[in-house]
Amino acid sequence: MAFWPFRKRGRPRAAAPPTGDRGILVFSHTSEVIRAEKALTAAGWQIRVMGPPPEIQSGCDLVIEFPIIEELQILRVLEQHRLSPLEVVPVSGPLLTPVDLFQVKDFGRFLMVRAANMKLTVDKDTRIIVNVSGGGCPDVPYLARELVGRPLDQAPRPRDLGHTLCGYALELAFQEMINRCS
Amino acid sequence: MLLIVGTVPEADFPLIEGETVLAGPHILVADREIPVNRGTAALLAAAAATLDHFGKPAPLACLAGDIGTGGGSRLLYEHLVRMLPRRQLGVICFHYLQPEVDWHNRVLFALQEMRPKPLLIADAGFMYVAKMSGQAAAYDLFTPDAGELAFLADETAPHPFYTRGFILHEDHKVPDLITRAYAHRNASRYLLVKGGTDYLADCRGIWATVAEPRVEALEPIGGTGDTLTGIAAGLATAGFELRAAARLAAKTNRVAGLLALPTPATQVGEIIEQIPRALAEVVSGER
Repeated sequence: MAFWPFRKRGRPRAAAPPTGDRGILVFSHTSEVIRAEKALTAAGWQIRVMGPPPEIQSGCDLVIEFPIIEELQILRVLEQHRLSPLEVVPVSGPLLTPVDLFQVKDFGRFLMVRAANMKLTVDKDTRIIVNVSGGGCPDVPYLARELVGRPLDQAPRPRDLGHTLCGYALELAFQEMINRCS
Repeated sequence: MLLIVGTVPEADFPLIEGETVLAGPHILVADREIPVNRGTAALLAAAAATLDHFGKPAPLACLAGDIGTGGGSRLLYEHLVRMLPRRQLGVICFHYLQPEVDWHNRVLFALQEMRPKPLLIADAGFMYVAKMSGQAAAYDLFTPDAGELAFLADETAPHPFYTRGFILHEDHKVPDLITRAYAHRNASRYLLVKGGTDYLADCRGIWATVAEPRVEALEPIGGTGDTLTGIAAGLATAGFELRAAARLAAKTNRVAGLLALPTPATQVGEIIEQIPRALAEVVSGER
C-alpha cells in the first residue's frame, strides 16, 4: 500500500485562513475601500478589509483581500460602481505584476498568440478565431465555446464574458492579436 | 476504477456522477449528452477510448456546470469531501475546477481517509490549486504545458497570470524549470510536461523525452492537453505503471494527432477519434 507524503494536522477549519489564492485591492482613499467592500459583499464575495502589507507603498491605510482567481469578475463589479483600484496584487507576492510577455507563433495561414497560460489562434485570411487552448479555470471551455468560429472583430471580448485570471490572460492574448492583425 | 472530476461550461448543469459512454461527438454521463469539444469532456472521452481499447470498464465522471463563477466547482468540492472517504478507486484525475485553497485542502484530507491510496493525477485548475496550497507533492502526476510549468517553478506566483517574467522567459529551458519546481516542492511525484518535446521527470531529473512524431499544428488546438491527461489516466487504470502510462500517453497523443492530419483549425474531437488506432500502433510497437 502506498503512503501519504503528508500528515493530517487537526481539522482543516482550525488552520489559519489560506492566503495562496488571495489578492489585495489597493485604493487611493478609505471612502473607496468602504464603497468597494459594500459592493463586493452585496454581490456575495467573501472579502476582508485589512491593513496593507509593508511592500505596498501606495494607497490609503486599508486594503481589501479577495479571491484572486476571480479578479476579472471582481474588477467588472467595481467598474459598475465606478471604482478603480490603484493596484491589484497577490497576497503571496505583493510586488508581482500580470504577465506582459507574449509568445507569437506563425503557422503560415494561422497566427497563434500566447499570454501566460492562454493561447488564441486566428485564421489570418478570414480573421476567424479557430482555436483557444491552454488555461485551467472553468471559464476557459466556456470562453472557447463563445469565441471559436467567430471573426475577431465580432467575437465577444474575454474581459466581458470571463470571470477568472485565465479569462484575463485570454483577454491579453486577444488584445495582442487585434494589435497584430490590424 | 478511474474517477474523473471536472466541470462542463454550462451555468445550469447539475452535479452528476456516472459512467462515461462514448457517443460519437458526445459523451453520455447519467443520460446527459455533453459535447467533447474541449475541457473535461475531452479528457473523459480520451480516457474512455483508452479504457475501451483495453477492454476495461469505462471511467466514472463526477461533473458540475461552471462557467468561471465557481459555484459548480464548490458543489464538486463539497461532494468529494463527503463521498471520497467511503470509496475505493484506483485512480482519480482532477481537472477544470475553480482553484480554491481551503476547499482543496478539505478534499486532500478526505483523500487521506481512502484505503488503499488511489493514484492522483491533476491538470488544469486543480493542478493550480494543488500548487497554490503547497501540497503538490501529495499528487502522483501533473501534466503542465510550458506556461504552467513556469508557474509551478515560480514559488511566489498564485496563478500563471502572475508568473514572473524572468521565469516565464525561460520557455526554452524546460529542464531548468523542472529543477526549480521540484526544489520548491511545487511538483508532483512525476511531471509530464507537454510541448514541442514532451518531458517526463521526477525529483531526480528528466528520465524520458518524447519528441516524435512532431506535429506542429497540435499546439494551438484546444483540448490536446486534455486528451493527453485522459490517455495517461486511462493507461494507468488499465494496469500500466504510472511512468510507462505517462510516456505511452505522450507518444499516443502525438500519433493520434498525426493520424488526424491536423491544421491549427482542427477541433480536438477529430483527434479523439484516432486514439484507438494510435493506441494500437504505439502499444503494439512497445511489445
